[in-house]
Amino acid sequence: MPRPVRLLRNLQAKLAMAPMIAVALVLFLGGPIWTLLHSFTDSRLLPRLRWVGLDQYERLWASRKWLVSIENLALYGICSLVGTLVLGFVLAALLDRKIRFENTFRTILLYPVALSFIVTGLIWQWLLNPELGIPGVMRGLGWGAFDPLNDPSLVMYGLGVAGLWQGTGLIMCIMLAGLRGIDDNIWNAARVDGVGVVKTYLSIIVPMMRPVFATALVLITSGIVKLYDLVVAMTSGGPGISSEVPAKYVMDAMFGGQNLGQGFAAATMMLVPVVVIVVPWTYLAFGRRKRG
Amino acid sequence: MALDSGAAHLDAAFVSVRDLTHSFGTVEVLKGLDIEVRNGEFLVLLGPSGCGKSTLLNCIAGLIEITDGQIWIGGRNVTWEEPKDRGIGMVFQSYALYPHMTVHGNLSFGLKNQRMPEDQIAARVVRVARILQIEPLLDRKPGALSGGQRQRVAIGRALVRDADVFLFDEPLSNLDAKLRAELRVELKRLHAGLGNTMIYVTHDQIEAMTLADRIAVMRDGVIQQLATPLELYDRPANLFVAGFVGSPSMSMLDGRIAGGRFHVGGQSLALDGYEGRAPGTLGAAILGLRPEHIAVAPAGVEGLSAVVELCEPMGADKLLWTDVEGRKVSVRVPVETSHPRGSRVTLAPAMGKASLFDAGTEARL
Amino acid sequence: MSGPRGPRPRRVLSRGNVFVYGTLMLVSVYYLLPLWVMVMTSLKGLPEIRMGNIFAPPVEVTFQPWVKAWAEACTGINCDGLSRGFWNSVRILIPSLVLSIAVASVNGYALSSWRFRGSETFFVILIVGAFIPYQVLLYPVVILLRSLGLYGSIWGLVLVHTIFGMPILTLLFRNYFASLPEDLFKAARVDGAGFWGIYLKIILPVSLPIFAVAAIIQVTGIWNDFFFGVVFARPETYPMTVQLNNIVNSVQGVKEYNVNMAATLLTGLLPLAVYFASGKLFMRGITAGAVKV
Repeated sequence: MPRPVRLLRNLQAKLAMAPMIAVALVLFLGGPIWTLLHSFTDSRLLPRLRWVGLDQYERLWASRKWLVSIENLALYGICSLVGTLVLGFVLAALLDRKIRFENTFRTILLYPVALSFIVTGLIWQWLLNPELGIPGVMRGLGWGAFDPLNDPSLVMYGLGVAGLWQGTGLIMCIMLAGLRGIDDNIWNAARVDGVGVVKTYLSIIVPMMRPVFATALVLITSGIVKLYDLVVAMTSGGPGISSEVPAKYVMDAMFGGQNLGQGFAAATMMLVPVVVIVVPWTYLAFGRRKRG
Repeated sequence: MALDSGAAHLDAAFVSVRDLTHSFGTVEVLKGLDIEVRNGEFLVLLGPSGCGKSTLLNCIAGLIEITDGQIWIGGRNVTWEEPKDRGIGMVFQSYALYPHMTVHGNLSFGLKNQRMPEDQIAARVVRVARILQIEPLLDRKPGALSGGQRQRVAIGRALVRDADVFLFDEPLSNLDAKLRAELRVELKRLHAGLGNTMIYVTHDQIEAMTLADRIAVMRDGVIQQLATPLELYDRPANLFVAGFVGSPSMSMLDGRIAGGRFHVGGQSLALDGYEGRAPGTLGAAILGLRPEHIAVAPAGVEGLSAVVELCEPMGADKLLWTDVEGRKVSVRVPVETSHPRGSRVTLAPAMGKASLFDAGTEARL
Repeated sequence: MSGPRGPRPRRVLSRGNVFVYGTLMLVSVYYLLPLWVMVMTSLKGLPEIRMGNIFAPPVEVTFQPWVKAWAEACTGINCDGLSRGFWNSVRILIPSLVLSIAVASVNGYALSSWRFRGSETFFVILIVGAFIPYQVLLYPVVILLRSLGLYGSIWGLVLVHTIFGMPILTLLFRNYFASLPEDLFKAARVDGAGFWGIYLKIILPVSLPIFAVAAIIQVTGIWNDFFFGVVFARPETYPMTVQLNNIVNSVQGVKEYNVNMAATLLTGLLPLAVYFASGKLFMRGITAGAVKV
């Protein structure tokens, strides 16, 4: 019998995976390369390959709107990263304390995850309505003027509160799964050693959950970079440009300003944090498995 | 609490569990249990899984809340005390080492937490590491250790606490057979050297027999028998203990007692020499015989007629599986004997070592 | 026998309990307040909203805002409410759901049981791809849809959802299938079953829970999508979220907060129903790809 040709082995499996392979190669590998290439052109209404070198990037970094977008994203990102991690972990730890009504609390803390960012954005837009919402109520109580959605220095915090409301549940869930994976005897050993509950969390449990924190970090970061829907629903980038974000900058350049080249350059810049954070994580997650 | 201890309790019991009940929901896992452990004693809690032995150990440690009763350790009522204040060290089945700390860190963490001076901590860690021969491992993390090494570290973590009582929760059951045997010997040596009170939970009867000063056999939250290993082996208090202890297990013949003889099927056996007090007549009784307490007798000697079914060579000796009136009886015979399948033999039990049970109460007669 | 006996006495109001339950209740208020306000606002008349407290329940309950949000609210020139968007979303959701799960489950099956040289590499590219900001891939997808003649159509959105749902779903199925006993697969091969035979007759029937989890991920994910809808659909094919945003954030006319909140609630109703009905499966769904890769 002739030796079967290697390419034809598992042929059906290869055929079945063809759509996935095509998506992986053409879109996820080819797409970013295509965008990167066209970011060096002066494409306007339609993409074209007329090279202009780094012009688009120079214009990008000279644009006040882009710089404000980056600043806003950094502010939102730090708040949301710290807030989500801390709140997510604390809530997970509280739910893990063998409490009564655990299911009820979990249901309450998780339901916003099921909602669209648009829905979340519109709810909080109404809640933070300057006259009729929470700011109005606070003014009524004599607590001074406070109008997060129309105050350029507060607007990103307004978005942050809504983002936290929507996003903490997911991280809490991941943390809870991580906590449930810890051997009960670790807790017993710590009790015999006389380590208090808070100290056990800080010096034993948290270090043991490093991989869970890493995963949470990756998820939160990729979510932050994508921030778009919430801004569109809550503020449309306003007041002025004080809540613009990079994702929106790209969309405005591509579809509003008919300035594709500029959009491509900005989109390419959005890839940077992904490369910095996600690629090493993937390498660790998959590389480790291959060796083990 | 210190006031009502002391004078009233000068008994030798070091750990004392009094009328302990533990319920989980509506299920009573432990039922009014009493046990006294003497100072320096190695006590093993033995039983099948789910018998409550680990629960009892965790109650003594204070890791689970008891429903009723008291726990005394070293003459102190510690029923309401935190585990750390009970003067105990504990070793867990899953080791439960802190994975991100080195061996040194694992050993010293509890002491640091008690705010012990650094030099004292160092001295203790060095001493324990020497006892357990883990000095070269002090800078490694648990992930880089073998199972046996991890368990040594786990034992070390209990030892550095310089506790009065050490509690072991199936510490060897995650190890392979060879390592288990090695560490067993080491534990015994450790106990001999330290002389502390140790309470050890296992479902492995070999561990129990070899390590224990006394064994408490448990079933369904009740202690069935508390005795030395030999006593337990030779004079099991009831059918359960008889069946649970010993490998291969005791052969059980169900029959009746009449006229000072044990009748099984159409055969009978004189009860002369039986240690206990066998009644003259009993409608339903069970005779328990260990394989090594039965001899294959030459023809003409009084005994039970049996048919050989199978022969298992065990290396040092052979195990003969025979059929007596439809009941299985195993007999330990020398290697050089030969009993072909289907051949008829006469079994002569040593009555002095036999056990008789009331089939109704299952208690030893 | 004197001294302590039985369980350690515990105070219900111990410091620990006060902290645990206190914190949870406080946070619960933060989480529930928006839902409360949304429902209450949607049941009030506009004058009452302008006069009263945002947190107060309605003095006079009216369902008019709901009716208006569903059937009369205007976006641009269309004044037939959210119902149009709702039906668009349904028409997008159902084929996307079926197609994406079918493709991804076969991917996961091939990746877990029929590995070949390079299959893992493609998978890693796919997973990394899930983290690429959509903006980077947007124009290549536009070109793809234009060349297929699907740009702006419902089927174009179906294709987009199938593609972008692929990484997480493939991961989900691959991990689940890999956790099935390998001997099951081997036994079927010895019995002579082939690629599709094993998938349809062995793997599929024992994996229904994971299909449910995948369905939950997709129903909520696709329904909640705004970004693809706004980019790849035309006004006649806008999904519900896009239409909702257009209704609420339209600059013309008087702001009708009660209609807006009714519309927002209507849009959130389906995913919320899925959430409350699915219970722990939902939790499993959202943590599926996250905990172990």
